[in-house]
Amino acid sequence: MSEISNTSTATMSTAPSSRYYVKEHHPENGTLLGFWMYLMSDCLIFACLFATYAVLGRNYAGGPTGAELFDLPLVAINTSLLLLSSITYGFAMLAMQKKQVQTTLVWLAITGLLGAGFIYLELYEFMHLIHEGAGPQRSGFLTSFFALVATHGLHVTFGIVWLITLMFQVGKHGLTHENSRRLMCLSMFWHFLDVVWIGVFTFVYLMGVLP
Amino acid sequence: MSTHQEHPSHAEKYGHEDGFDVHHHDHTEDHGSLKSYTIGFVLAVILTAIPFWLVMSNFFSNSSIAGMVLLGLAAVQVVVHMVYFLHMNTKSEGGWTILALIFTVMVVVIMLAGSLWVMYHLNHNMMPGMSQDLLQEAVPSAAQQMQHNMPGMK
Repeated sequence: MSEISNTSTATMSTAPSSRYYVKEHHPENGTLLGFWMYLMSDCLIFACLFATYAVLGRNYAGGPTGAELFDLPLVAINTSLLLLSSITYGFAMLAMQKKQVQTTLVWLAITGLLGAGFIYLELYEFMHLIHEGAGPQRSGFLTSFFALVATHGLHVTFGIVWLITLMFQVGKHGLTHENSRRLMCLSMFWHFLDVVWIGVFTFVYLMGVLP
Repeated sequence: MSTHQEHPSHAEKYGHEDGFDVHHHDHTEDHGSLKSYTIGFVLAVILTAIPFWLVMSNFFSNSSIAGMVLLGLAAVQVVVHMVYFLHMNTKSEGGWTILALIFTVMVVVIMLAGSLWVMYHLNHNMMPGMSQDLLQEAVPSAAQQMQHNMPGMK
């Protein structure tokens, strides 16, 4: 208690101490805030694709409709994979805070595998659709569907590449200051993709099969 | 005022060699705990399971009500993810993240609502009284009508 009052008087009398504090912290906030800005602009890309789907999503051009094409159990498995990968990434971040390198790496590996499973099922779905003649060139609905869902899938793919890169970095250099910052950026990216997926499975898949 | 008093003491306690750590010991709750991740995960599972169950069991006979309920649940789940997984709050980064988010949401809402509004009216004005499906049926019959009428006109 006395320490706090002492330091508070010290802060008031010696301005350089508080100025040092601001100077020291600004760059760290800068990276995470800057990455947040990137995510917000990414959000606009997805919003454009969602708007396109909202406009074109019922233009079947006499082709198959969402109700005929979408396999909801598969989407449910995909959704649960992505949701599980979100919580396992959370566990990796908790291990990172405790400076446990091995635990962090294990959770990151599990996250990567779940993400790879998601991509595998999505590619399986795409191949299946194209094989049935419901490729992106079939109708406005399918063009906007493939554009939106594949953009999300591409983001997840790059997230996995980034995740593997960081696993090697952490394995080689440990949980250094820079690696922790990178892991936090990837954490934001990964959770952000899960948020976008909420929009995809609700708006595209679930609302697509409504009569 | 109280936060200003705490900062120098933390900085002294954890040293200046690692500005990153100083910040994160200050606000450990910003980056989640086992409890917050678990709460978020349970809520997210519930909010995902409900819409899938509603659609797969054909709970709603009315599609537009079902759509509204699904969008509502999705909005709640987005907030859950933002709070428990992305650790959004009004204080992080001095309020700049929430400000950027609010701005983005505003732009997105204007763009989505505007696109749907404009495109709906475009469809409405280009093809009066015809929906997409009707048009495909109507155009060939109209063409036939034309051919029928043509000989009569001669």
